[in-house]
Order: sequence, then C-alpha cells, then structure tokens
Amino acid sequence: MKAIITVVGQDQVGIVATVATKLATLKINIVDISQTLMAHNFTMMLSGEWDATQLSFAAAKTALDQLGQQTGLTIHIQRQELFDAIQKL
Amino acid sequence: MEAKAILETIQMVAEENLDIRTITMGISLFDCIDSDGVKARQKIYDKITTSAKDLVTVANQIQTEYGVPIINKRIAVTPIALIAAASGDQDYVAYAQTMERAAENLGVDLIGGFSALVQKGYQSGDRKLIASIPQALAETKRVCSSVNIGSTRAGINLDAVGEMGRIIKQIAATDPVNCMSLVVFANAVDDNPFMAGAFHGVGEADRVINVGISGPGVVKRALEQVRGQSIDIVSEQIKKTAFKVTRMGQLVGSIAAERLGVPFGIVDLSLAPTPNEGDSVAEILEEIGLESVGAPGTTAALALLNDAVKKGGVMACEHVGGLSGAFIPVSEDAEMIRAVEAGRLGVEKLEAMTAVCSVGLDMIAVPGDTTAASISGMIADEAAIGMINNKTTAVRVIPATGKQVGDSVKFGGLFGRAPVMAINPSQPQAFIQRGGHIPAPIHSFKN
Repeated sequence: MKAIITVVGQDQVGIVATVATKLATLKINIVDISQTLMAHNFTMMLSGEWDATQLSFAAAKTALDQLGQQTGLTIHIQRQELFDAIQKL
Repeated sequence: MEAKAILETIQMVAEENLDIRTITMGISLFDCIDSDGVKARQKIYDKITTSAKDLVTVANQIQTEYGVPIINKRIAVTPIALIAAASGDQDYVAYAQTMERAAENLGVDLIGGFSALVQKGYQSGDRKLIASIPQALAETKRVCSSVNIGSTRAGINLDAVGEMGRIIKQIAATDPVNCMSLVVFANAVDDNPFMAGAFHGVGEADRVINVGISGPGVVKRALEQVRGQSIDIVSEQIKKTAFKVTRMGQLVGSIAAERLGVPFGIVDLSLAPTPNEGDSVAEILEEIGLESVGAPGTTAALALLNDAVKKGGVMACEHVGGLSGAFIPVSEDAEMIRAVEAGRLGVEKLEAMTAVCSVGLDMIAVPGDTTAASISGMIADEAAIGMINNKTTAVRVIPATGKQVGDSVKFGGLFGRAPVMAINPSQPQAFIQRGGHIPAPIHSFKN
C-alpha cells in the first residue's frame, strides 16, 4: 500500500527523527521525502509504502494520529491513488 | 510526485471544500412488483436493505483512507408509481414509509424515487402516487419525491402542471419545509445522484453506483489566479479545475463500486453550493467579473461556467451523467441569498439563468399567498425552457405559508435559508385551467 503522509507544525528539534522512527516501527518504508520551513511552520511530505497484509490503513492512521497528538503536530495520511488520479493523466 | 501537486491536492480538500457530495446507489424495484401491496412493500424493504447494506460502511472507509469527505450516502429507486401500480392500494403513503424505514435502518441520508413520470400522460399508479405526495412527505424525513411533467420528445402535460401547482400548495399548507423534498422536472434524467430529484431510471441496470461531486470553492480559488485575463483563459482554467475534481469522483466511484460489488454508473460533476462561506456558485460568477450575481451579464457568465465544467469533466471520467453543470439553488448559496436580500437578483433573472445552467428554479421561497395557478405557471415556463432547449429543467419552489417578501424560510444544514422572493402578481389561471397537452416541439422529430 502506498500513501502520502504530510506533517505540519511548529518547528522543533527531532521532528524528522520522531516521525521516521514511528514509521520504522510500523514497517512503513519511506520512498520519498521532502521538508521545508514555511513561515516558521515545519512542513514535511513523505511517500510511504508498506505491506497491506501486515498493517491495515486504519491501523497506520490510528498510530499516526496518536503520534500527532503526543507531539502537537498535524499528521495526515491519505492513500496515494487520490493524488495520482487528480494530478496525473 | 512534486510537492506542489501534493500541496494543491491537500488544499483543494482542506481549504476549498472539495468533496464528494454524494454516493448514490440506484436500485431497481421491478422484481418487487406484487398484486398484494403488503408483499410488494416487504420485497422493496428487503431488496433495498440487502443491496445497500454496506453502502455507509464503504463510504466511511473511503473517506478515511483517501481523506476526501463524502457528505451524503443516498439511495435512488425505480419510480414507485410504476412499482405500486399493480397493487390494489388506493394511496401509496405506505410505500414512502417503507422507503423511510429502509433508509433509516441503513443510516443513509436520503432516499429518492417516490416519483411518477407523466410527461405524456397518466397511468393508474401515477394519479395515486401524486395524490399521496403531501402526506408521504409530511410523514417521512428522508423520502424525496419527483414528478416529470414534460420532455423534448413528449411535450408538456399541462394537466399535470396544473395538478403539481395544487400539490405544492397542499404540501406547504402543512409545512413549507417539506416542499424541499419535491422536484417537478422536464427532461428528468435516469441516473441523477442528486436529491431531491434522484430516481433509478427504467432502463438502468439492477443496481448501480453513481457519484455526485462538487467544489465551487476550488473553481473560485482557481479563477482568483487569472484575474484580469481574457475570458478564454477563464474558460481554460475552469476546464482544468473541473478535470481534476472529476478525476477524484471517478476514483472514489470506481473504488466504491468495486467494494460494493455493484457496477459503476456515472460521475455527475455539478458545482453544488452549500451555505458555507467559500462554497458558492454566485461567488464564481462574481469572480468572473460581475459586481453581484443578477447583474446584466449573469446569464452569459453562467453559460460559460456551465459549459466549461462539462468540457473539463467529460475527459476526466469514463461516463459523465446525471445533471452535470452548475446548480443555482438560492437557499443553499450564501452569496445568492445576499444578492436576493439586496434586491439584486429576482425570480425573472433566475429563470433566464436556468436556460443555461444544469437544473432550474431551485429552492426558491415565494410569498405564502402565491396561488396554485402561479406556481403551475412557473412550472410550465421552466418545462418550456427545458423542452425547447433539450435540457433538464426543474422547479423546487417553496410557498412560505403565512410569510411575505422580506421574510425567510429556514431549512437548516446544507439546505440553508430561503428569502421569500416577489413574483409577478398577474395570474395565468385561464391558461393552466385549459389543461391538455402542449405538443412536442418540431425539433423532437429526429427519426
């Protein structure tokens, strides 16, 4: 399963590490990653891939929602097909 | 994938109110016909509740996984006038109650198809169904009704036009709010996923998934980027945006159809406003360059918008259908309400707009003392526009019992608030009372 994960929040030390650690625990492979600061807001986009037989989308979403609450970051996860459908011919 | 493309997609949903307005499952009830009404209704209940048992679950799953809000889950059934005709029942309110019970059990928002098709004449079930509409709408919350009184191929049934004026008055006498669940059509379409006019056409498959998408906010935002540029650029920008929006509908519809094991029908790309700020069709017209919707030029701007939306949508999905275009329901569009209240938009201008938009006089409140004949006259005018121009037109008008121009009728939620609008006081009584049938136009003879 492929998904786009976006992380937005107040810039702080270790955001990339925190998110990447969580993804590693969930066995979500990071295929692509980009990160920038927009008006002091940390903004990161990740393309992640994992084995759908090992981890359901709902479980991945719940885990990331929890991480978001713990860290005060806004973390969204959406399946990649949506982006492909809208942006690619 | 580029970061810009990802951000744009997220922004379309998060800030510009892009959503799947409805996933509507069409269900044929022809195999439920029975000479015993009780048995027929049991079959109807069973067929609806088994066919759509996973509809809400699947829609919620898709919403979670793809991050796209799916606002409504709905069901459309074969016009009940056709299904109930074989029973000896004298009124069809019990069929509406069956539909209500099935919809409630499934957790769907609305169920359409308490309908009759009388463009050429009445069959025995049609008269009973139409007579049952006021009570059916008073006793149910989710049931939607529609009556097709004219078409380009058949002309206009003036007897039915007269009757529907009286029926609408009768509904309003109990509660004007119930009028929002009834649409009077000309050239009604068989695969419309939008309410209140959705029904499952007689030529449709046993079950089908149709999707209605929206996104006036997305189009408005896209047009902000081309301010001051030529109208050609405006048209291009709308087409590109409509393309993206429709792609989402195609994706969601095909996933829903696959998970439900039902064939995927059509995507209806309709810019359907909601009373939320930034979700208005009137604002798009104003972005194109009108000081207010209703200004001279409004019809031209709407024609361009409607056509560009269709052009963008057609290439983006396998099958476009339904009503596809721009909706102009007054009560559901915050900017439209403001224009009416400021005296900048009247019923006559709205009627002109319906000649080029995708539907008709929609969610319009008129004074409580408006006569049945005047309402029939409005229906006849709309039907004539549809008949002559080969397009769907509709009337969903609300006589605001006990209210005058300056008052308003509140519907709540997505249906908003309708300011009572002035209508021409002169009467079409003698015209409507003639009854009979307006013949089909010359261009209907295409064989």
